Amino acid sequence: MMHAADQTAAPGRDAPRRDAVQRDTPRRDAPQRDAPRPDAPRRDAPHLDAPHGEASPRGEARARAVLEPDEIRRALTRIAHEILERTNGAGDVILLGIPTRGVPLARRLAERLEQVEGRPVPSGSLDITMYRDDLRLRPARALGHTEVPPEGTDDKIVVLVDDVLYSGRTVRAALDALGDLGRPRAVQLAVLVDRGHRELPIRADYVGKNLPTSQREMVRVLLAEVDGQDAVLLGSREGS
Amino acid sequence: MNRHLISAGDLSLDDALLILDTAEELASTAERPMKKLPTLRGRTVVNLFYEDSTRTRISFEAAAKRLSADVINFSAKGSSVAKGESLKDTALTLEAMGADAVVIRHGASGAPHRLAGWVRGSVVNAGDGAHEHPTQALLDAFTMRRRLGRIEGLRVTIVGDVLHSRVARSNVLLLSTLGAEVTLVAPPTLLPVAVGGWPCSVGYDLDAALPKADVVMMLRVQQERMNAAYFPSVREYSRRYGLDAARMALLPEHGIVMHPGPMNRGVEIAAEVADSVRSTIVEQVANGVSVRMAVLYLLLGGASETGGQR
Repeated sequence: MMHAADQTAAPGRDAPRRDAVQRDTPRRDAPQRDAPRPDAPRRDAPHLDAPHGEASPRGEARARAVLEPDEIRRALTRIAHEILERTNGAGDVILLGIPTRGVPLARRLAERLEQVEGRPVPSGSLDITMYRDDLRLRPARALGHTEVPPEGTDDKIVVLVDDVLYSGRTVRAALDALGDLGRPRAVQLAVLVDRGHRELPIRADYVGKNLPTSQREMVRVLLAEVDGQDAVLLGSREGS
Repeated sequence: MNRHLISAGDLSLDDALLILDTAEELASTAERPMKKLPTLRGRTVVNLFYEDSTRTRISFEAAAKRLSADVINFSAKGSSVAKGESLKDTALTLEAMGADAVVIRHGASGAPHRLAGWVRGSVVNAGDGAHEHPTQALLDAFTMRRRLGRIEGLRVTIVGDVLHSRVARSNVLLLSTLGAEVTLVAPPTLLPVAVGGWPCSVGYDLDAALPKADVVMMLRVQQERMNAAYFPSVREYSRRYGLDAARMALLPEHGIVMHPGPMNRGVEIAAEVADSVRSTIVEQVANGVSVRMAVLYLLLGGASETGGQR
């Protein structure tokens, strides 16, 4: 019975996504009889760095918090100080958050930089949807908002900000998108969580927390601006 | 969204808002030095135009090229259509060339609908006879939202040759989906017989309609489609249904004047009105590219609904 439900829950349009999951995830051959099935699994998709990891609707139920609000706050404060140190006071720095959750993170970092240095640091957002390499694997997505501060990116140090660094494909797309906006002097990367499993030669310059994970696990970042609370959750995709 | 865009009436409220929101994001790329996006690289868009058109064809071509698609322009003049090839045979030729989308303009109402049954790619209606022109309605709605901040609750008056106008029909369908109140104003001879069934009201007196209109959209008198005398003279039509400066003064302060183009200056719209700050006619052309980019992206950018890669 569950098996039949499993099939109806995955109509034709989901087929390529399931294939994508299979590439890096062991196939779940037997349906989990006790696994809860959330009705709207897509809702939580955007804040996973993983183009592949997004597909699984399971795991949310068994999620546990790996970062508390205070730890997120301290991690961002430390990253802000590291940015100041590495860029000699953040004079030419522009923070660009990758939607959805990179944008509030960039804004929080900008506030901290301003508190320490006493002068505003511009922040904005950079939507990467049109540059993704997995567009043809799912139906067309709605676009996020791109807002570059009026100074532009030419000759600036652009710090890209995202919530989770996983395969590195999002960052690859962001670098392409950035290349169409101007020619920054340097590009750096700040992430709240680095969960490993890179598929491209990309690393972060600033990391809030290194979180060793298995590819079967899911990492969810919740932020007050978007989700009403701050937390980083680690859940099991297998539901066990 | 459907795989094709044939009629503005096929769009749900969510579909229409998704297209408008996507166009809003894409419009900002037109202001950047680098206007091109890599999204449709390797896709082929065929512009299949059986009727003359400047702005629509160029607009679709610019939209497809800004998304990095390959564009093949096909106009009936000077092609094998002039030798008597049928629409179906032309469609099969395009199919064999691997077109991912066909943008079609045709003199016969329903031609895009027929075409959609013959090709595997997406079909976008760029105007069929006196039937529909959905991307024009989308760009008109987009222009209204940019100028006036909303569409829901707007009072839109569409004036002129409704009978021959695919723009009017698409606008009535789309704007009613988006929650605007549409009024058609025209001489009785230039209204379709079935207009009573459209989701809009009908009037015959332009001066009475203007003070209540947030938007007035003037339609071109389509002399080339007229095979009978629909009004006594152009001069009389212009007197009763043309928009001149005195009439424009009847509009509320925020009211805007739209025209899908091409204009007959001095007939349905006076030159001073067309060139006034209330006129959105040039904006409409620029917005057309953004809206058509949004439509092409949403139809071609992802996996097809049937699953599998194109």
